[in-house]
Amino acid sequence: MKQTFTIGIGGAAGQGVATPGDIFAKIFSRRGLHLNAYNAYQSIIRGGHTFLTIRTGPERVSNMGDRVDLLIPLNQDAMNRHLGLLTDGAACIYNADTITPGVPAKGAVLCPLPVSKLADITRNKVAQNTLAVGAGLSMMGIGFQSLEEVLTEQFKKKGDAVVSENVGIARAGYDYATAHFEPFPWPLPMTNNRYAVLSGNIAMAMGGAAAGVKFYCAYPMSPSTGVLHWMAAHARKAGIMVRQVEDEIGVVNMAIGAAHAGVRSMCATSGGGFALMSEGLGLSAMMETPVVVIDCQRAGPSTGVPTKTEQGDLWQILGAAFGDYPRVIAAPLDIGDCFKIIPEIFNIADRFQCPGIVLCDLLLSEGRLSEDPKDLDFAPVVDRGELITAPSTSGSSGDGVYKRYKITESGISPRAVPGVPGYAHTAASDEHDEDGVLISDEFTNPTKRRNMMEKRMRKVTGIEAAVPPPVLSGPRDADITLIGWGSTKGVIEEACEILTGQGISANQLQIRWLVPLHGDAILNILKDTRHTIIVENNYSGQFARYLRSETSYVPNGYIRKYDGEPFMPHHIVEAVKEQLGGKSRLSVPAHEILV
Amino acid sequence: MATVLADTKHVAMADLKGKVDPDWCPGCGDFGVLAAVQKALVDLQIPNHNVVTISGIGCSSNFPGYINTYGMHTLHGRALAIATGVKLANHELTILVTGGDGDGFGIGGNHFVHSMRRNVDLLYIVMDNQIYGLTTGQTSPTSRMGMKTKSMPFGNIEAPVNPISLALAAGATFIARGFSGEQKQLTDLIKQGIQHKGFSFLDVFSPCVTYNHDNTYQWFRPRLKKLEDDPAHDPTDWMAAMRKSLLWGDEIPIGKFFERTDVPPLHGAEPVLNAGPLLHADTRIPPDVAHSFVEELM
Repeated sequence: MKQTFTIGIGGAAGQGVATPGDIFAKIFSRRGLHLNAYNAYQSIIRGGHTFLTIRTGPERVSNMGDRVDLLIPLNQDAMNRHLGLLTDGAACIYNADTITPGVPAKGAVLCPLPVSKLADITRNKVAQNTLAVGAGLSMMGIGFQSLEEVLTEQFKKKGDAVVSENVGIARAGYDYATAHFEPFPWPLPMTNNRYAVLSGNIAMAMGGAAAGVKFYCAYPMSPSTGVLHWMAAHARKAGIMVRQVEDEIGVVNMAIGAAHAGVRSMCATSGGGFALMSEGLGLSAMMETPVVVIDCQRAGPSTGVPTKTEQGDLWQILGAAFGDYPRVIAAPLDIGDCFKIIPEIFNIADRFQCPGIVLCDLLLSEGRLSEDPKDLDFAPVVDRGELITAPSTSGSSGDGVYKRYKITESGISPRAVPGVPGYAHTAASDEHDEDGVLISDEFTNPTKRRNMMEKRMRKVTGIEAAVPPPVLSGPRDADITLIGWGSTKGVIEEACEILTGQGISANQLQIRWLVPLHGDAILNILKDTRHTIIVENNYSGQFARYLRSETSYVPNGYIRKYDGEPFMPHHIVEAVKEQLGGKSRLSVPAHEILV
Repeated sequence: MATVLADTKHVAMADLKGKVDPDWCPGCGDFGVLAAVQKALVDLQIPNHNVVTISGIGCSSNFPGYINTYGMHTLHGRALAIATGVKLANHELTILVTGGDGDGFGIGGNHFVHSMRRNVDLLYIVMDNQIYGLTTGQTSPTSRMGMKTKSMPFGNIEAPVNPISLALAAGATFIARGFSGEQKQLTDLIKQGIQHKGFSFLDVFSPCVTYNHDNTYQWFRPRLKKLEDDPAHDPTDWMAAMRKSLLWGDEIPIGKFFERTDVPPLHGAEPVLNAGPLLHADTRIPPDVAHSFVEELM
């Protein structure tokens, strides 16, 4: 098993849970350690309960894991909720002045900090947080220097006095722990690597910048708003026009307008906003104007649970906009993939002049992951497709010759942008002929309609060839095959490792491209499997139903979770064992962490 | 609206003729609007490839198909949102948005208000016939109270929207009203609207001869009074414009209600566009900038 270490920090919103989290994340990544962070929170600005999990280790950490090694409850509520999670070898650092501990499990250690003796709490309201960070680092065997560096950076804008006050408090916590608490049995290692730590939202925004996006617009909606924030903050440096729009209907149409004028254009939202964008996607398809729309799924329906994760929008995306039209839909597999997928989907959308949809979710959008900076490639392949932005030098164009919707074998018609002399045409949401003249009203014509439908739909064949089929990872002849899509990649991967370690060999089929699905390739993989289970974060098995509708494939079982929280590896491991024992075909693991 | 440098080629009426003839009913007010737009573009000598005519859905929204410029015939109510995107991606283009009262003030009402406060540099011409025509005669947001239609057979019980007052309140920087039966004034207002650098709103009475038997040419003619004939009218006075906008009944003003030139258009307020249209911008992020983006995360 991989060596990892997990810190859980719990408290009320506004109590400063994020700051110690950020400090730990910086220290770990600068130490050359990988990390994965997930914050379980609520739609409340002050109060409520949030629980941040940071898991670190020398190898890639793909999910939040099953175990908390160090618990830092910032209030009594957090102590009450989470002390029971701790098992043998774990520790809990807490403010002994204000928090009464419960009885920990055997082998779990309580580490009370006499906060008012160590710091002047009348001056510094978050002193307990800083003391706990210092104490925690001492127990992990990390030198104080790294914390001093991060605190200095963090507070340097506020002046030397604030820096030295905070460093002093942290030092007091560090020294107190060194003197009074037992260190963890293995110190956190150090490597020569350096990692960037980013959320899926930042990754998708940066992926957009790398792809050459010049127009981004949005209406704020959790959990997609982080994309807007990064875009807005970096717009001027990156040369991107970023607008906040009155509603998501305006968003998608504004994005289509910019795309039609010839720039790469992107927007992001969540399920509710996506519902408003639906008609616009049809416009993008009909006018053959490529646009990329990101849906960061949250638990629905309706306003649902705005701060909780789900994979519940698949059928909305599949059914978005009326009529048949070509499009491409991708689900990023992890936070690094959130970056890579954007240039890839833009190339396909541009080549085939159709909408591209990225189906992300809160787990990736707001989770944080360490990435090797080399994997954040700001010079990816950019293929704008058959785009005309200047008059033809051969002089072959000109009025009366250019047909915007020319019928071609590939279904792709060269796209001229407004401003180019000799190519004036009308792009229409009504059905039209090759010239762009409407054939929906006065000139209704079944033959032309059929020809235009077939022209557009021929692009599907090209899209299928441009998108790779999924591949099976792990041994071919495994006892069990776990099938997932998008963000569950990491947790399924770890579940497979645990199962294999326990004598049940497991492999994984993770779907990244939802449309086109490559059903034949999937069937070809699945025909050699022994026992298949589809794992997904929704109630009805949306992917299982989709796979069945496309391929008639029915798996042996299902593991589903729809409580708002992501899977933990043991949820999947236990469900697999339950199903192999023949007890059930459908497992719905309970989430033990009370958030 | 900014005027694009004219190409050397002379722009003639024939150059602006669309691929097909309008399918509007004989006598429709929209013919007059189309002619006035074409005349204005000839007068201003703006080459057709630098003009994008963008519409939503409805009788009048078929407009882009009948004029030889770049055109977009989009979704019901969404033309202004799309036009904003086009303008921001290539602000050298002249943008005309055309549509009807249902498209603009009903389903598109949200975009109408916000496009005005943003001062997007375009000319928005609403062919206002106070009825839904293409859906065969239902009450529109500008239908008068009491008007009987297929959707309100016992008479409209809802007050109509006042587009001029709304535009004034929302912050449009050029606001005018025309009549499709007054070609000369209409052409002049269109030219002024195109040349104005900011959001130009032109509400045009464009009678529906098939479904609206209340607001006919004959009904309008005796009531319309040109603002330019009133020596006391000062189009820079917002309060006076608001008072004029409330006139309705025996006297209905047409002409330029209001114009202010001290507000930068949206594209002029964002430094990202200082280097020129985004369409021509380098798509690659410079390596040092990309490096700084990653460094922030370390």
